[in-house]
Amino acid sequence: MTDQASTVNDHDGAPLLEVEGLVKRFPIRRGLFGSGSVHAVEGVDLHIRPGEVLSLVGESGSGKSTLGACVTGMSKPTAGRIRFAGEDVALASRRGRAQFRRRVQPVFQDPRSSLDPRWPIERTIREPLDAYRVGSPADRTARVAELMDLVGLPRHLSARQPRQLSRGQQQRVAIAAALALGPELLVADEPVSALDVSVQAQILNLLDELRNRLKLALLFIAHDLSVVEHLSDRVAVMYLGRIVETGPVERIFASPEHPYTRALIDAIPHADPGRKMSRIRLTGEIPSPVNPPSGCRFHPRCPVAIEQCRTVDPPQTHFDQTHSAACHVAAAGLAQRTSTISALSKGATS
Amino acid sequence: MSALVEFRDVGVDYARRGGIVSAVQNVSLTLEENETFGLVGESGCGKTTLSMALMGLLPASARVTGQLMFRGEDLFAMSESEHRRLRGDEVSMVFQDPATSLDATFGIGYQVAETVRAHRQVSRRESKARALELLREVGIPAAESRYSDPPHRLSGGMRQRVVMAAALANDPSLLLADEPTTALDVTIQAQVLDLLAALQRKHGTTILLIAHDLGVVAQICDRVGVMYAGQLVEVAPVGELFAAPRHPYTRALLDALPSRGRRGRALRVIGGQVPDLSHPPAGCRFADRCPHRMDVCATVPPLATSGAERQIACWLDPATRATAGLAPLPDSPTPNPAVPVGDPS
Ligand SMILES: Nc1ncnc2c1ncn2[C@@H]1O[C@H](COP(=O)(O)OP(=O)(O)OP(=O)(O)O)[C@@H](O)[C@H]1O
Ligand SMILES: Nc1ncnc2c1ncn2[C@@H]1O[C@H](COP(=O)(O)OP(=O)(O)OP(=O)(O)O)[C@@H](O)[C@H]1O
Ligand code: SF4
Ligand code: SF4
Ligand SMILES: [Mg+2]
Ligand SMILES: [Mg+2]
Repeated sequence: MTDQASTVNDHDGAPLLEVEGLVKRFPIRRGLFGSGSVHAVEGVDLHIRPGEVLSLVGESGSGKSTLGACVTGMSKPTAGRIRFAGEDVALASRRGRAQFRRRVQPVFQDPRSSLDPRWPIERTIREPLDAYRVGSPADRTARVAELMDLVGLPRHLSARQPRQLSRGQQQRVAIAAALALGPELLVADEPVSALDVSVQAQILNLLDELRNRLKLALLFIAHDLSVVEHLSDRVAVMYLGRIVETGPVERIFASPEHPYTRALIDAIPHADPGRKMSRIRLTGEIPSPVNPPSGCRFHPRCPVAIEQCRTVDPPQTHFDQTHSAACHVAAAGLAQRTSTISALSKGATS
Repeated sequence: MSALVEFRDVGVDYARRGGIVSAVQNVSLTLEENETFGLVGESGCGKTTLSMALMGLLPASARVTGQLMFRGEDLFAMSESEHRRLRGDEVSMVFQDPATSLDATFGIGYQVAETVRAHRQVSRRESKARALELLREVGIPAAESRYSDPPHRLSGGMRQRVVMAAALANDPSLLLADEPTTALDVTIQAQVLDLLAALQRKHGTTILLIAHDLGVVAQICDRVGVMYAGQLVEVAPVGELFAAPRHPYTRALLDALPSRGRRGRALRVIGGQVPDLSHPPAGCRFADRCPHRMDVCATVPPLATSGAERQIACWLDPATRATAGLAPLPDSPTPNPAVPVGDPS
C-alpha cells in the first residue's frame, strides 16, 4: 500500500499547483469588533501534483473554502503567490488567465447552485464549450455525449431539467460541466456532504475513476474524515487560516504529529460499535479569525500546550520529506527521537 | 426493561394535490425505557415523520393509521390537549437546526427559564436558578454571564447545547433528537454525543436518535432501526446490526461506507433510486434495487420478530417467512456478515 501510494504521490516532475505564502483577509467595517479584518487565510503553502488528490480538512471557519476560492481564481488573494504549471497566475496576461480558468474548475457542495434550473442538463454541460468556442457545434454535441458517459449519466436524461433528477445525478451534471473544458485540477468544496451514503459512494467512485482515467488532480475540501481517508493521497489540516499539518494520508491517520490533527481523528464516529471514539475530547471551539490567539493559534484548546506556545508561533517542522507540522511539542519530540537515535547509533558503533 | 413507546402497525400518509404520499407504512416498534434507539435511513425515508407522529406535530395534511402507545395509552386516540399535556410532561425534542427552536430576540437563559415555567409552577427566581443549572449541565461555560446573550452570539454547537438545556427542563422520559449533530463539526459533534450519552445515563431518559450518519449511531445507540422508503426493514442491537446485518438494504448501506479496509477500491453502490412515495411499489419497497428479488416480493414482507431483540422484513429471511406461514427457502442464505473487508496489503 505504502509503496503504491508513494508512486502515486511522487508523480514525476513538477507540481501542477503551487501556493506560496497565501493570505486572504476580509476587511470588516463596523459591528461587534469595530474595524479590522477577518484573517481567513494566513500564510498558506501547498502544492498538488498532476493526478494527485490533496484533501483539506479542518473545522468550520478554518478557511478551507476561502483557500479553494483563491485557487480557482474566484477570490483575489490579499498576498502570496499561486503558480499553475509553473506560471504565476496573477502575472499572467488576460489570455493566460482565461487558460488558467479552463484548467482549474470548481465543484460545489450543492449541485443546484451551479446548475441553471431552467436549462436542460445538456445545455448546462455544453455551456462552457460554447463559451470557449471549442471545436465545431457538432464536435460540442459529441463532447456532451462523451461527458455524460464519463460521469455515468444515461443519455436519455439529456433533455431533463435539474429538478427532474436525483441529487446524485445533479452532482454528476455539475461534475460533467466542470470537466467540459478538460481541466487538470478540480477544486471540490464539500462535493458529497449533502448526499446520502449510497449516493455519496457513487460520487466518490466517480471522482476516483476520473483521477485514474484522466489523471485529474483534485483539491478535495471535506469535513467527513472517513471520506478523506478513503479518497486522498495527501491531507492538509487547517486551523484558523493556517495549515498546521500536512502529509501522506496513511501517516496523517496513523501517526499524526499535531495535537489538533490528533483531536480531529479522535472525534471520528466510526461506523463500528466495537471501535468507540477516543475518550479524549477537544474542549472549546475555534476562536474568531478577527483576533486570532497569540503564539500558536491552537494554544487555548491544546491539551499539551507548554509556556512557549502562548507567545511563539511554531514554525513548520519537517518530520520527513513529505510530512510536516507546526507544533513546538511535536518538534521537541522529533529532536528527542533524533538525539536518542544518534546516541544509540554512536553507542552501537563504539 | 419495559416498553415506553409502542408503534403498532403505524402508517402515515400526507395528502397532497394530485394524490397522497405514503411516508410511513406498517411500522411496528417498541422503545424500551432507558435505551438509546437509533433510527437510520436515507433522506425522505420517513424518520422525521415518525418522530413528528410521536410528538403530535404532524401537519393537518397527515393521516395516521395503527396505534401509537405511550405508557399504554394510544396517542392517536388522544385529544390534542391531552397530547399536548403529555408532550409537555414527558417528551422533548431536539432538532438539527437549533435556530428553529430558539427565538432570535431573547436571551438564551431567559428562553430556558421560560420553558421551565411552562412546565412547572415556579417563581421567576426559581426558574432562573433552574435555567442556570440546566445550562451548566449541558456545558455552557460561564453560564451566568451568557444568560442574556441572544442566540446569534453563540456558535452552532453552543446553541445546540442551549436547545438541549431547554429540552431537559421538563425532565422528559423521552427525548427525540432529530439529526442533532448533523450541522456540527466532528469535534463539536463528539462533545454533543458525549453529552447525550451522559444525560441518558444520569436521568435514565429514553432517547430516540435520528441520524443518517451510521457512525453516530454506532457510537451511542443500544439498538438501531433501519428504514427504507417508509418501511422499517430491520431492527437489531447495535453490535449485531453492524456485524451481521440481515436485510439486503442494510447490507448495501454498510457496504457503501468508506472505511479503512476499502481505500483505493471502489465502494459498492446501490443501483437505481429511492422510489417516489406518491407512487410506491406495491410490495417490498426495496424490490427495484434488490439483487435477491423474487415473485413474492410484490407482497409487503411482514416485519417479523426474530429472537428477543431483532426484527426483520424480507422474504429471504426465515423469520419473515415463518410469520407469513412460509417455509424457509431451501438455500436460505446465512445472513452474510457484511464487511469488515481486510486490507489486502
Ligand atoms: N466574504 C467574506 N467576508 C467576510 N468574512 C468572510 C468571507 N468569507 C469567509 N469569511 C470568513 O473567513 C473565515 C473562513 O471562512 P471559510 O468559509 O473559508 O471557512 P471554511 O473552512 O470553508 O468553513 P466551513 O467548513 O464552514 O465551510 C470565516 O471566519 C468566515 O466567516
Ligand atoms: N408535509 C408534507 N407533505 C407531503 N409530503 C411530505 C411532507 N413531509 C414529508 N413529506 C414526504 O414524506 C416522506 C418522508 O419525509 P421525512 O421528512 O419523514 O423523511 P426523513 O427520513 O426525515 O428525511 P431527511 O433525512 O431528509 O430528514 C418524504 O417523501 C417527504 O417528501
Ligand atoms: S505549538 Fe503548543 S499549543 Fe500549538 S499545538 Fe503544539 S503544543 Fe499545542
Ligand atoms: S423482500 Fe424481496 S425485494 Fe425486499 S429486500 Fe427481501 S428479497 Fe429483496
Ligand atoms: Mg467551506
Ligand atoms: Mg428528517
